[in-house]
Order: sequence, then structure tokens, then C-alpha cells
Amino acid sequence: MPATETAPSRAPGAMIEQFYAEALRDALRSEMQRDPRVLVMGEDIAEHGGAFQVTAGLLAEFGPDRIRQTPISEIGIVGAGVGAALTGLRPVVELMYIDFSGLAIDQIVNQAAQNRFMFGGQARVPLVVRTQGGSGRGNAAQHSKSLEAWFTHVAGLKVVMPATPADAKGLLTAAIRDDDPVMFIEHKLLYRTKGPVPQGEHVVPLGAADVKRKGSDLTIVTWSREVLFALDAAAKLAAEGVDAEIIDLRSLVPLDREAILASVRKTRRLLVVHEAIKRGGYGGEIAALVAEEAFDDLDAPPRRLAGVETPIPYAAHLERGVIPQVEDIVRVAKELVG
Amino acid sequence: MTIDRATALDLYRVMRTIRRFEQRSATLFGENKIWGTIHSYAGEEAIAAGVCAHLRDDDWITSTHRGHGHCIAKRADLGRMFAELLGRETGYCRGRGGSMHIADTSKGNLGANGIVGGGIPIATGAGLTARQLGTDQVAVSFFGDGGANQGTFHESLNLAAIWKLPVVYVCENNQYAESLPASRAFATDDIASRAIGYGMPGVNVDGRDVRLVYAVAGEAIARARAGGGPTLIVAESYRHEGHYYGDPQQYRTKEEIETWRATFDPIVNARAWLTSDGLATDEEIDAVDRAVDEETEAAIAWAETGPIASPITPEEIYASY
Repeated sequence: MPATETAPSRAPGAMIEQFYAEALRDALRSEMQRDPRVLVMGEDIAEHGGAFQVTAGLLAEFGPDRIRQTPISEIGIVGAGVGAALTGLRPVVELMYIDFSGLAIDQIVNQAAQNRFMFGGQARVPLVVRTQGGSGRGNAAQHSKSLEAWFTHVAGLKVVMPATPADAKGLLTAAIRDDDPVMFIEHKLLYRTKGPVPQGEHVVPLGAADVKRKGSDLTIVTWSREVLFALDAAAKLAAEGVDAEIIDLRSLVPLDREAILASVRKTRRLLVVHEAIKRGGYGGEIAALVAEEAFDDLDAPPRRLAGVETPIPYAAHLERGVIPQVEDIVRVAKELVG
Repeated sequence: MTIDRATALDLYRVMRTIRRFEQRSATLFGENKIWGTIHSYAGEEAIAAGVCAHLRDDDWITSTHRGHGHCIAKRADLGRMFAELLGRETGYCRGRGGSMHIADTSKGNLGANGIVGGGIPIATGAGLTARQLGTDQVAVSFFGDGGANQGTFHESLNLAAIWKLPVVYVCENNQYAESLPASRAFATDDIASRAIGYGMPGVNVDGRDVRLVYAVAGEAIARARAGGGPTLIVAESYRHEGHYYGDPQQYRTKEEIETWRATFDPIVNARAWLTSDGLATDEEIDAVDRAVDEETEAAIAWAETGPIASPITPEEIYASY
């Protein structure tokens, strides 16, 4: 191979290392190229490229009608997304922080999620609400929450939370092509993480969990940034002779029940890890599922390791202290298998 | 704007159909055949009729919890509407939605809405679809004086104005937001003046007179269709019935209701117009009334024979899962 051809191949099927934000951008770009009905709306998404640079460069490619920058009007833009979706477009609406979803919650919960059912099947709402949550950047209580459990509780919504660049691309592609409203929840500290991403079309079906690490001693079910923590923890646990299986849910709704149950039946131990606070968190749903469906297969009670029940604090040491860290996962995993 | 005889009679017929639908809904409710709650549009018929007369089947509307009138004016089938109220499989929403969620997407009706102001951004999004796809479709959002004080009103009108979307916002000021009189919900008598702040035309119209509503709406819809952007129309009206059937209405007096009903009835008004302008005789109007009443009874009879709503299946909640 000539020395000049060192750039990674963008040919379909090739894998290249990409940032999570780039992978999301590739998904948006290719879906916009593929389907003229795809439209991106949100605050600061045009010249500024989005608060996390996901839409950087897309304005030049697609113009201001399809990279439609909006005033700061969360319920207006999500509602316009609902109306556009009901009438034939496939809008992707960006809510800059999931903490702002309260401003738009009626349109998400009472309109988008329920229109299909309420109208007796006459409607479909192919709307993606792209947003991001999570702590770790010193943004304090109003810009750092993990609110996925709110949305899992609404019949009619799908809830997706990619942890890796490849999954970010594949799941966003699937979400845009899906005929149901999807809450697509990214994590602010994942945008600058890197990983191998398949080039060309890459679709990860909604509702399929991914075994990120095979193991035999316990099952760790987790999602979003905690997947990375769990993988680090599993490496440390392996050094101590504990073999953890890591299941990345990727989609909270639909939930891949079979993947969880199959793993737990094999390892006989369950630890659920998430950044959101434990009370009312989705970890309770996973633990309850396993207790109901696989109780007799368990050698120990299911455990949950989750955020402390507090608003996210500002100071760095305080902030770090309120969500599960790698060492916490190692500790609880060892307790569970001990 | 001159109105020919056929259009005039159609406007009257739509209004009269709405009134009869509401009367019969009330009796069915009283017979415990309708579950939940229903909100009567009686007294406001000229607004839905006058606006929707300008709309095509591929134009969109969003409606409100008080939505029967908009639905009928957008040419819904009465039988399927009654069937929905009666919880039948043959209803528009297969008995899943009821009065507050009737939609007929085949006619561009994006649904009644149980959330006050909930339809305003949805209509705005429909207008965005027309803009993106380069069609000449128009979206109309109906909402009440109550809806005009929700945040969705502000955000939506602003979006439509900056993007010049083909949306007509129709505020039906029926004088009460549930129990709160408009006089205590607005510090101005001129709600349409809010349009100035958004940079769009705003116009007040007497919602009792279908001729005036028809004229104002015709201009606004034509402007929207031609790419001229949104309009705010505020139609002054009066809600003849309570907020819901059974509302004790402690917030207004019987005298007030009787006075308004006697002086503010768009159907009485339309009949007077038709006869005085020589567009129809009393006999011809009576024939319309009889035909509407017969059509309504036939619709109820059809609805009552429909099967009860079938059990819920997962694919109704998600297109795929």
C-alpha cells in the first residue's frame, strides 16, 4: 500500500475510530441524505453546531430549512415536531439538556406518546427527541440529571441511551427510521469518547441489548456512561478472579428482557448500575423483572448501585461522590459474589 | 366577501348539525350512554363553520376539548363521532379516545385535545410540514380564551411568525376558561392586539355572525396559502352550556346565561341573514333542519348498533415494538 493512503477508509463496512459526537453526526447526515423528510430542529444547532457540536457542519450541507435553528422555546419546538411528525415529516428535535424536558413535557407525554393510541391507530408520530443528561461537568443541578426513568413510565414512548460511538450511530439511525416517538438520551461526557464505528449504513435495532463483556460470575446490567465504568470495573474484577458479564441495555424501552434473563440464569447474580438516583430509577424495574421471572435461578438477592438521592451538586468532589464510580462497582460486585 | 346561496346554506347546515349533535349528545349523556365527560360547543358554531368552509381535506386543524364542532365542520362522519362517544369499535378512535380525542386524519383533523393549548404547537408543526414540502396546505389551530393564556400560545405564534408558516390561529373567546371569566384572565379587551407583538396580523371578529367569520377566515387562510404567513383571529363568542355537562355554573348567573342565549345565537342569526338577504326561505331552512335532525338520528342509530370497543393490543400503542 502506498504510504499516502494512511487515512482510514470510509468505505461501507470499514471500521474507523470516531468520537461519539461524530458518529451521531454521521447518522444525522446519512438519514438526511437518504430521506428529504428528515428535519433537525433545536437551539444553537446551526452556526454554533449544537451545544455539544453534534450538528457541526450540517448547516453548510443542508441549509437553514433542514438544520432549523429555533428560539429558546422548548414546548414550541417539541410540539412543532409532533405536528410535523403527524403530517409526514421525520423530525429530530434537539433538547439541549434533558433537564429542560420539563418545559416540553406535555408535548412529549400527552401528545407524541399517546396520539397513536388515543386516535385509534389513525396516527403515527415518527419523532426523535435527541437530548443529553448526566453529571460530571460541573454543570450543577439544573443541567446534570439522569431522567430516563420519567420517560420509561410513559406508554407510547421509546427510550434509547447509547454508550458507545458505534451504538450512537446505529441507534440514532434506527430511531429516525422508527415510526414511534423516541427519547434519544445521550450523555454529556460521552461526546468526546472514541471507539470503532462501522462506516456506511449501520443500524442497531431498538430493543436489543448488547453483551459488552461475557462473564460467568455475575451479570451487571447498565446503560449510558456507566457501561464504560462497568467495563473498567470488570477488568479490575478479572484481576481478582471475578468474571463479570456486562449487559448494555442500549434501549430501555423496548426492553430486551430475554437478554437479561438469559444472562442472569447463567451467572445467577444480578447487579444493576445506573447514574440516575436509585429511588424510582429504572434499576428497580430490572431487579423486579429478574425477581419475578428468575427468582429460583438466583444465588443472591439482586443489587442496585445507583445515584445518591440528591440534586447534582456543583463542586467536583461532591459531584463525583453522588454517582457510582468504578471502585463502587468493584466493591459491590465482590460483595455480591463473596 | 359575497356568499352565494349554496355556500350560505352549507354554512347554515354545518352550524345546525353541530347544534343538533350537541343537543343529542346531552340527552345520550343524560341516559348514561356516554361515559366520562363532554363539552358542548353550542353557541360557538359560526366559528368552526365559517373557518372550515375555506379548508380542503388535505388542510389540517387542531381542536380542543370542546371539539365536536370543529370535527363536524371538517366534514367528519356523524355516525363515527357518536360511535366514539358511545365507546364503540366503529368510533373514530375505536373507543380509545372518547370526546376529548376524536381525530380524523383522513380529513386533516389532528385531533381534539384534552390539554388546554396543547394543539397550538401541533398545528404550527403541521404548517412547518407544508413549508418544508413546498405545498400550499394550511393548518388552523382552534383554541379558547383559556388556551390563549398558555405558554404554547406564545411559543407557537412566535415560531410561525419568524418562519412565516401557513397557520391560522383561531382563538374562540367564549368568555370563560372553565369557570374563569375572560375579564379576569386578560387585562385587555383586545386579545387580537397580541398579534402585534409577534409581527402578524391580528383581527377581532364577532363570532356570532358566520358571514363575518367566513370573511375574516377566508382572507387569513388565503394569505397563509399564498405564503403570506400566519394570522391571529379572535372570535368573540359565548358558551351556551357549562364547561361540561353537569357543570353547576356557580360562576355565572341564570340571568346572564338566558340573556346571552337570547341575544347571542349564531344559528338564529344565520337564519335571519338567509331570509332577509333572500338566500333561502323559512320553508327551505326548515327543510334543512329536518334533514339534519334525520341525519343525526340515523347516525345515532348506526352508532348504537356498533360493536363495543375491542380489547387493546400492543401494536396500537407502538407501531413496532
